[in-house]
Amino acid sequence: MKHVSRIYTALILLFLFAPIAILLVFSFNSSKSLSVFSSFSMHWYRELFRDSETLSSVKNTLILAVSASIISTVMGTAAAVGMHRLKKRYLRVAMDAVTNIPMINPDIITGISLMLMFVFVGRFFGAATSLNFGTMLIAHITFCLPYVILQVLPKIQQMDASLPEAAMDLGCTPIKAFLKVEVPEIMPGIITGLIMAFTLSLDDFVISYFTTGNGFQTLPIRIYNMTKKTVTPKMYALATIIFFVILALLLLSNVFDANTAQTIREARSRKKANHAKKEL
Amino acid sequence: MNLKRSNRNLALIRRLALTPYSFWAVLFILVPLIFVAYYAFTDSAFHFTTENILRFFKATSEISDENGTRMVHTYLLIFGRSLKLAVISTIICLVFGYPFAYLISRASPKTQGILITLIMIPMWMNFLIRTYAWMTILQDTGIFNGLLGMLGLGKIHIIGTESAVVIGMVYDYFPYMILPIYSVMAKMDIKLIEAAHDLGCNGIGVLRRVIWPLSLPGVISGITMVLIPSISTFYISQKLGNGKFYLIGDAIESQYTANNLHFAAAIAFILMVILLICMAVMQRAANKRATA
Repeated sequence: MKHVSRIYTALILLFLFAPIAILLVFSFNSSKSLSVFSSFSMHWYRELFRDSETLSSVKNTLILAVSASIISTVMGTAAAVGMHRLKKRYLRVAMDAVTNIPMINPDIITGISLMLMFVFVGRFFGAATSLNFGTMLIAHITFCLPYVILQVLPKIQQMDASLPEAAMDLGCTPIKAFLKVEVPEIMPGIITGLIMAFTLSLDDFVISYFTTGNGFQTLPIRIYNMTKKTVTPKMYALATIIFFVILALLLLSNVFDANTAQTIREARSRKKANHAKKEL
Repeated sequence: MNLKRSNRNLALIRRLALTPYSFWAVLFILVPLIFVAYYAFTDSAFHFTTENILRFFKATSEISDENGTRMVHTYLLIFGRSLKLAVISTIICLVFGYPFAYLISRASPKTQGILITLIMIPMWMNFLIRTYAWMTILQDTGIFNGLLGMLGLGKIHIIGTESAVVIGMVYDYFPYMILPIYSVMAKMDIKLIEAAHDLGCNGIGVLRRVIWPLSLPGVISGITMVLIPSISTFYISQKLGNGKFYLIGDAIESQYTANNLHFAAAIAFILMVILLICMAVMQRAANKRATA
């Protein structure tokens, strides 16, 4: 049984990684062939770094992802704080339902719906092209918001409601109580939300495709345009770089996670030790 | 007195905190959906018409294949094909992903962490790149046929077929099936399984009566997370279907590129309504299972 599950795991991982491995290997191929490896060369990497359009799309992607994730994290955190205290049940249900829409709807519908509105409003004001960086930023904030709220809301629910009250009893103003007591308490949720929003924005193609215009290209749109007609190993070089960046980030976050887990464990054992001392 | 006032201030701040998002949600989530319906039911001069919706159901075209030439309902055929390929991909993901999720959830915590990270790496690569990788593999002159040739087997033509599209969908969305099922299984109380064994349940009985019902919420979110992107994809079919296999996503996309916004909206509107009905039915079935 153990062997069967080992083999099964190996096969699944092979299926998941073989295509990526092939991209990696062929990114160093000197010829354009996709099945025969002629000789090792960095040719396609040099080509890639000469491709100014791709380089500027990387910059665009980062600018968009940073702005979209920061704005959606601030707005989403505030929204979660407000949603948590909604007294009227029907309001809470309505807010939850609306927040779920962008997560449930296929991306293509979210993209089309925003595009239709932008085009309509643009036409209303007589603009020739209504899609640009701004519309794309709005779209990205919109699809990131629900994920931020979903990360922050549970943390607020877990928090002891008397904490901010205690802070105010001790003379804090409400805003100070929120910033100094509540925010640190829900920080893990805010950070996860921020990271999620950032990666979602980096990765999005479909919604961006429908809401971009005016020549504003993000990396996924650039990849789409690059792969539209011809097959170019430049893409492999790009994929290889992306793969190693992701790998590095994941490893880093794992180390970071392990560190925090370690601190939490240590804190807990210290607490237990203290308890034990008291009991003695 | 002072405390009361600051409490009131706090309540006010909380209400204000929700305001920007409320406006945002109405303006950029709800209103755009109304625009889909508005465009779907109007012509280019924004006069009311049901023409676009009817066109989806009525448009016909001639296709010829090995069975001869015949007339078909274009968009119904496209929708049927999308549904078929998406369902096949979802089933494949479930059949292979479910046991895998179970295996991960029973491994040691360290192995669990490693396996989950490994599954997430391909997920973090853009799906365009993942699809593109398969395009190069499956090409007639690609690695896949090269391997077949090396093994002395004949070459097969796979790119541009429905199988290639299904491979792409399965590969792109496989992690989305594993992760939700795993997260439910990891929380499952192992004692329940042991208790079932102790009470004389055999392996299959435990799976059917204990593990499966408990993992159902994960299965349902896995199914929706694979089905919805596969049914609405257009890149996978463009790259692996060689443009021949037109899916509902391609239909929307091509109407958009042709600047036929009203008809694109009509197709999107119909897709949205059908998906809403499907989800409601599935959710109800799940709730019934949960209460039964």
